[in-house]
Amino acid sequence: MGDFFTVASLVFVVGSGIRLATPFLLAGLGEAIGQRSGVLNLGVDGVMLLGAFGAYWTIYETQSPVLGVFVGLGVGLVMGVVYAVITVGLKAEQGISGIGIFLFGLGISDLLFQKQVGTPFPIRGFGDWHVPLLSDIPKVGEMFFQHSVLVYVAFALVPAVAFLLNRTTFGLNVRAVGENPAAADSLGVSVARVRTTTILMANTLAGLAGAVLSIELGIFQQNLTNGQGFIAIALVYFGAWRPVGVMGGALLFGLVSATVLQWKTLGLVSGAASSLTAMAPAVLTILALVVISRTVGQPAALTRPFERGH
Amino acid sequence: MHKRNHRKWLGLAALLAVLALVAGACGSDGDDSAGGDDGFRIAIVAPSASNDLAFTQSIVDGVGALTGVSAVDVTDGTFIVDDAAAAIRGYAEEGYDLVIAHGSQYGGSLQEIAADFPDVAFAWGTSSDTFGLPNVSAYTAASDQGGYVMGVMAAAMTNSGVIGVIGPIAVGDAKLYVDGFVNGVQANSGGATANVNYIESFSDVALAAEAAQGHIANGADILTGTAQMVVGATGVAAEHGAKWFGTQSNQTALGADIVVASQVYKWEVVLQGVVDGIKDGDLGGEAHTIDLANGGLVIEFNDAVDAGHARTLGENTIKSIAAGLKQTGA
Repeated sequence: MGDFFTVASLVFVVGSGIRLATPFLLAGLGEAIGQRSGVLNLGVDGVMLLGAFGAYWTIYETQSPVLGVFVGLGVGLVMGVVYAVITVGLKAEQGISGIGIFLFGLGISDLLFQKQVGTPFPIRGFGDWHVPLLSDIPKVGEMFFQHSVLVYVAFALVPAVAFLLNRTTFGLNVRAVGENPAAADSLGVSVARVRTTTILMANTLAGLAGAVLSIELGIFQQNLTNGQGFIAIALVYFGAWRPVGVMGGALLFGLVSATVLQWKTLGLVSGAASSLTAMAPAVLTILALVVISRTVGQPAALTRPFERGH
Repeated sequence: MHKRNHRKWLGLAALLAVLALVAGACGSDGDDSAGGDDGFRIAIVAPSASNDLAFTQSIVDGVGALTGVSAVDVTDGTFIVDDAAAAIRGYAEEGYDLVIAHGSQYGGSLQEIAADFPDVAFAWGTSSDTFGLPNVSAYTAASDQGGYVMGVMAAAMTNSGVIGVIGPIAVGDAKLYVDGFVNGVQANSGGATANVNYIESFSDVALAAEAAQGHIANGADILTGTAQMVVGATGVAAEHGAKWFGTQSNQTALGADIVVASQVYKWEVVLQGVVDGIKDGDLGGEAHTIDLANGGLVIEFNDAVDAGHARTLGENTIKSIAAGLKQTGA
């Protein structure tokens, strides 16, 4: 175990944990916004897949990562419109609709990949951006300031989303609609408009999360997300619907995953122990969820469609 | 209220219709391009994409090389075993002459289905277990042989003395490949070390990529890996200038300037005999193995990467293993 507790090893684990946490963070922030307004979207993973393919295909065709990011965002926005029509316009049951969106994303992203690309050819992303001055700080710079620009964008969104939810009139409306839509409606807040807006924001961020995944990996493959969208939903509960909490959950999940990977690489765990440690991130998340769910209540109107007079 | 409900159900119906269309579009890929005109039809059920440059592509390419086959139908991407089982049963009911379940995880389902269709021939890999059923052929790859060859080459090429190995789950041909590779590295007198990381997933591309980052951070300048999730790891290798050894299919397309060589599965070497046997009334009951000696395993070198002395070393090792003069120890 001594090999693990070296400076070089720990520096790598922290950097690796941050990279692994980024897609969870983006998707989780979006889902947190949606859930604070009372909208559960189980289709995050499907939207991520569509965003991932959109970005990958765009870069494959144009060699422009920037354009790829915008396409990922755009794909998420379009899926947000679809989900808003289904859940806000048609007032369909959110859980079932979300699963439908997930299956749609899973199937159509693979179909489009097979038809448009086929063999998984690599693409070039942004590469690491070394933040001037900060990246030169020994060890600290290597851990925190030598990542892709998309990593910085994701973490910069945490205070931005926190400010939006806690310090603006829109955020107040979001929280009111998520807790008591009837009361918010009686005060003149358009529940439909607020929820539509949060759905668009949530899906756009999910599309970005998918784009980050394919751009950073430089590849697309069937079911590339491997269930990351569902983990992001769990992390929203873990984070008690607060952006900083979601970031904490994403970082914990990423850091535990990175730690387990490093243990295996160093040969510190093998055989059955290797299989058991691979479950550690999920087990820790579930344990934390159990604790947090006993202390923090979810938005009271979560998953409940709003209909005036009912 | 009634109108609202009507709209809700209309919306759900529309969504389900879209899903049905997508599901239909994502279904089997018919391919009537195989040669032959005697009406012999083969169905393949596999866990990842047909062109994944790895596990599934190897069987699709192998079946495509068979003679005396009139039609090949592929259902790929069935990483959920229940979905695969439904597809396998469906093909059996449709009367395909040979149904190939390409994935060791399908074994439990196949055992039940094959017993229900004693007149249909099945093939299952990678495995050596036919469940004692006369209509099941098992096929596997002695992937440790190619792994050993590449391990010997990697040990000769490394400058840092550290080589990274990314495995999925330690089962089947993946474990054989990794064990063979490690033994090949250790057989070289240079003292190189092979660090092995099983990520416990066949499909987690992000985790495979991060495992590759870990190997690089720990000093590896040569990487290898097996299964369909390695497409993430090859990107990391390319980014850091590390060399890559591939397996299952030729992976040069993943990095023309980093892939030194690939161990390619030629399943047609054993499947041709299975097909011919079925035509003669023998539905199966035997296990088959592809290896370097029978030509089922082929090491394809990438001429764009200069392996120098290591290539000669690799070619000599291939000859020794094929002649039975060298054991891989796996």
